[in-house]
Formats: sequence, C-alpha cells, structure tokens
Amino acid sequence: MQAFRFEALSLPPEAQAMRKKVRAFLQDERSHNRFAAHRSSWSTFDAEFSRRAAAAGFVGMTWPKQYGGGEYSNLERFVVTEEMLAAGAPAGAHWIADRQSGPQILKHGSERARATILPKIAAGECYFGIGMSEPDSGSDLAAVRTKATRVDGGWTINGSKIWTSNAHRVHYLIVLARTSPLDQDRHAGLTQFIVATDSKGIQIRPILNMAGGHEFNEVFFKDVFVPDDMVMGQPGEGWKHVTGELAFERAGPDRFMSDIRLLVSLIDKVGAEPSERQAIAVGRCVAHFSALRRMSASIAGLLERGERPITEAALVKDVGTAFEREIPEMVRSLVPSESSLDDEDEFSQALAHVLLHAPSFTLRGGTPEILRGMIARGLGLR
Amino acid sequence: MSEDFSKIMIEQVGRLFEKQVSKDVLTAADSGEWQEGLWEAVSEAGLPHAMVAEASGGLGLAPADAMSLMRRMGYHALPLPLAETMVANHLWVEAGGSLLDGPTTFAPVTADDRIAIAFNREGATLNGTIGHVPWGGDVRHLVIFARDEKGVGYLAHVERDTVGTNQRRRNVAYEPRDNLQLDRIDVPLNAVLKAPDTLGGDGLLSYVAAIRVQQMVGGMERALDYALTYANERVQFGRPIGKFQAIQHMLAVAAGHFAAASAAADAMGESDIFAGDRFAIAVAKSRCGEAAGHVAAVCHQVHGAMGFTHEHALHFVTRRLWSWRDEGGSESYWQEWIGRNVCAMGGEALWPSITGFR
Repeated sequence: MQAFRFEALSLPPEAQAMRKKVRAFLQDERSHNRFAAHRSSWSTFDAEFSRRAAAAGFVGMTWPKQYGGGEYSNLERFVVTEEMLAAGAPAGAHWIADRQSGPQILKHGSERARATILPKIAAGECYFGIGMSEPDSGSDLAAVRTKATRVDGGWTINGSKIWTSNAHRVHYLIVLARTSPLDQDRHAGLTQFIVATDSKGIQIRPILNMAGGHEFNEVFFKDVFVPDDMVMGQPGEGWKHVTGELAFERAGPDRFMSDIRLLVSLIDKVGAEPSERQAIAVGRCVAHFSALRRMSASIAGLLERGERPITEAALVKDVGTAFEREIPEMVRSLVPSESSLDDEDEFSQALAHVLLHAPSFTLRGGTPEILRGMIARGLGLR
Repeated sequence: MSEDFSKIMIEQVGRLFEKQVSKDVLTAADSGEWQEGLWEAVSEAGLPHAMVAEASGGLGLAPADAMSLMRRMGYHALPLPLAETMVANHLWVEAGGSLLDGPTTFAPVTADDRIAIAFNREGATLNGTIGHVPWGGDVRHLVIFARDEKGVGYLAHVERDTVGTNQRRRNVAYEPRDNLQLDRIDVPLNAVLKAPDTLGGDGLLSYVAAIRVQQMVGGMERALDYALTYANERVQFGRPIGKFQAIQHMLAVAAGHFAAASAAADAMGESDIFAGDRFAIAVAKSRCGEAAGHVAAVCHQVHGAMGFTHEHALHFVTRRLWSWRDEGGSESYWQEWIGRNVCAMGGEALWPSITGFR
C-alpha cells in the first residue's frame, strides 16, 4: 500500500507571512460588508471582488512578473486559496482562470496568448470557463465530438459544449475539440483552444440550475475561427493537457471547503455549551477537515516540486467532496431547523444555500465514480 | 540519532518483525503466552529504550521516528508491549528517572481510572484500581501516574510483582488488557518523580491514544495489502474479482480513509505530543479510529468467507484494529473533546485553530 505520496509539509515562513497579508485584506473586505460570507463561496461570481483581490496581488500569484504574476510559490498561493475559502469570499469570477486556465496558458500557450491574456487575468479583469463537457460527453470526456478543422491561419470550430459555468460572463473558454478523426486510441487527436466568447459564430444559451441560479450554459460553435496562436501546445496534445490540469483542479482546498461557512454557522448556532451529540458531531467534522487540509497541502508541495500527482489529487477530491456533501446532512440532524433562503437568520440561510448547491459538489470536476476508477488503477486493480 | 540512520533503523526493524512475527507466534500470543524469544530479539536491537536520549543510555530516536516504528509494529501485529515500554521509558527518564530494564507498561490508560498517592516519612503509598492495562500481568515494571490530595501529579515506578491482585482480561485481539488493584502499594521516595505539567485530567490516556494511532495506520496498511493481493488473485466469473467495478470502488473508498487517517497520524507524529499537543492526538485518534472500522469492513468483504477463517491471517490485524480504535479513548471521546473546545471558542475561531494544526 505504498501507492500514494502524501508527504510531510510544513509551510515556509513566507507562506505564513502571506497568510497575514490575505487575512488583513479579507478582514477589510468584511468590515466594509462587501460580501455575505454565509452564502457565498468560490463559485459566487463577483467581478468587483476579483478586481480588488487582484489589485492586492492575490490573482496569478505564481506566474512570472512579465505576465503580471507575483512569482510566489505554490505554497503561498495555497495559503491564499484556503484563506479565501475560509472567509467565504465570492471568488468565482477569477477562480477558474487563476486555478487552471492561466497555468495552462503559461505552460502550453503561445507567446502572444501569454502576453495578451495572462496580465489581464492577473489584474482580475479577464475570466475563463471550461469547455470540456458536451451533451454526449460527460464523464466519458474522450467522447467529445466538437470538431476543429484546419483553415488558413488557424482552425474553425463546430459543435457544442454544455454545463459551461459562467460562459455568459467570462471572456474566454478553453475548448477541448477533436482535431483528427476518432481511431483506435480515443485519447489521440484532441486539442485545446483558447476561444474568445465574443467570437463570431458563438451562441450562448442559459441553463438555470435547481437553485434558480444562472451559472450553467449551453454554448454553440458555428464556424468559429481560432487563430493558430490560440492553440494550446501542439495539435493532438489535448488529452495530456486536460489530465494534467486535473491535478490542479482536483486537489485544492475548494474540494472540501465549499460549505465551510455552514460549519462556522453551526458552531455559533449550538453555542459555547453544546450537547454531547453536538460536540461529537462538530469534533468529527473538525478531525476530517484537518486531515483533508493536510492531504491537500501535501499535494501543493508536490506541485511546487513540478510533480503531477494525478491519482493523489483524485483521492483528495473523492474524500473531500464526500465530506462536503455530509456537512448539511450532519448540520440538520443537530439543530432543529426548517431552513429557508428567506429567513433573516444567517444559519437558516446558510443551510438552505448549501442544501440547494450540494448536489453539484460531487459532480463538478469529475464524479466519485470516475475518481474511484482512477484510484483503483493507482492501487493496481486495473 | 541522524535522520538517515533512523530511516535505516526503521527499515531494519521492519525486516526483523517480518522474520520473527510469524503466524505461529501470533497464534501462540493469542492463547496468552508471553513471547519471550520475540522480546529478546527486540531487546537486542535496543528498541525498548529507543525513545530515550543517547546520553541517558537509549537510542535517541526522535518522537516522529518512534511513531514510524510503531506503524511497523501495527503492520506486523507485534504481540508485545514494545510501544508501551518505549513510551514508559521516555516519560520516566524525561521526568528524571533511570532506564527501566525489561517489559514495561504505563497506567492509567482509561478516561476514568485515577490513582491516589499519599506521602509519608518512608516514601509514598499508591491506591486505586486501574483497568485494561496493556500486558499488565506480563510486564516487569509499571509507570503509574498518580495525584496527591492537592491534585499534584506524580509518576511512580512500581515493580509489577509488588502488585497483588490481577484480573486477567483480553481485548478482542486477545492481547492482555489486565485489571490491576493497587491496594496500598508502598513505593520508596526515589521511585516517585514529579509528573510533567503537560499531563491533563486524563493523565496518560493521550499517550495510549498516540501509540494506537500509529499502530492502526500500520494495521490498515496490512489489511489493505492483504485485500489488494486477494482481489488480484481470486478468480470468479472468469476474472480476478479486483477487475469488477464494485470491488474497485470499495477498495478505493477504503484507500481514501487510509490516506486521510495516515495524514492525521503524520501530523500527530510531527507535532510535539510530549509537550502537550492534544489537538493533534484528538484529530488523529478520531480520524484513524473511524477509518479503521471502514477499512476492516471492506477488507473482510473483499476476502469473502476466506477472511473469516482462522486460517487466513487477516484477522490478526482486523481484530487489533477493532481493539485499538477503542483504546486510549474511542472516536466519540476525542471528537467530543475537539467539539467542546471548538464550540467554546466560537465559529470564527474554527479556522485559525485549524491553521494552527499542521
């Protein structure tokens, strides 16, 4: 059972210094009542917040200065990420660009893509969406049918994407498309493109989620032209890029802290003298949370060393999102509550908000059913 | 001891256990037989005093490395109070005592047992009942935590033979967990030392918890090793059962529990538990205890009826996992401890206290 690497990590002094800095920023935000911590999270889109966070240096932190970055370590970024989540900061506008699109462009993008896009992301003014899922390609990502065809000076894209969060308010999508016909190797012939959402031939239709919110979209591409310098890497490398991206996407604290503010509300609700049952349940959550945080920090350390801990990331996401899903169930078993978004009580609102969003926790970024297959492969079972 | 040397030593000890802790030895230990040959082997390697500073005659193994060693003990289901002896000597020598030779245990190890100490002109007298003492009937020495009438804590060294009443008792792994009656046991003054201030109301309980945490991680690793091997070997419906998604998912979930438990145990290993870091112990004991139950259940399910036989060695670790999760405070004991502390500080203190943890 030595299949997984979760090594010891103690955060360096500069990461601790960064923690103080980001706490001061968030304290200032909250003292000005700029966001409602009890019902916002990393999926809450607030461009004004993203601009302020970027101005304070918390977006694109690890990137080179020539592209607007701060040249900080992954561990300093890790600290900022978890502090944002702990504070319930509405970081949804810049989250995807900062977490995965930016790093992908830095690694695989053309010089023009890097020079024109990264500084805008780092300024908190440019946002991204993920163009992976399609109507017939969800968990089975390699089944994508959106097609890119070679034309003079670039490619034209035809097809559609679905469940594209924020497509209606981001500037770019990174679109995974088939660039050569499907053959024996399903993973070959896929390529990622940086596509501006204001390109000619793009149509975006909203899909409301079950909470009534508009995050999802369906995106249609009809002869959308993408110039050569907006291709990620070499044509055919798409699958490799996508799986590499997932190590960043899956192991972060956003995979177990989506509803951490509900836990905070619960603690205040039960008060300083909880019943035995309440104390046990809260203690259990804290124990799970502490263990997850260490696993996630350990992966941040591996990423910092340039490793690609894809299986470990899948494991953190599986354990982490299961924990997130458990929180609202646990909370409602401890405090009698008929939760409602209309109540003035923050606890009631927080519980209602989480209940209505929790189903997505174990869908976005790869379901447990897919992750467990990857873990089983890591265990030598397939 | 240098870091490299510690690593080599832990590997060597792993090989020693691999060779010495056979199924025959485990079966004999199950019947209550003290494993003297095995004890001699670990003594020759200097392990009983591994956690004592070199200047005081020990090996000077850092607490974090000692924790790794305890994992190996758990992996091999070592049927000896070796971890107890290591910790007892560490506590005793750190408090100012000298090395204790031979198997040693420490007590009380339950949340409720208390021993009273009263001083007189010749020495001191100990009174009280201590339950579930690991190898309480087999050891040569006991290191006892006791309080005087003012509540001041002391460590007392008691020769096992001076304790008369002993009720033999076993946990479900058939490891001795004896009930001892300390009925006016006289000890000389030089066998009583001031206890470290870091010991809380439940005395030495947290040190049993720390030992069991590491043993559980080792035991879970072994159970998963057995289950993965079996899943790849056992053929049904024309293929190894490990090729079936239902089995893969069960084992993936178990691996998740194991990874989270290991992470909590690692954090505890690095924290300064001997300086009183109880939060790390509480997190690790509750997380590992919960994981141990899941991992044991999955590993048995994967093995089918074969894992339920005495013939297969799986039960040597799973019975220990079920025992160890209860000992040194069960999940609910430590969860409640965490929960009360966290709630007392209020919601906004939750995050700062977690970032204080490693």
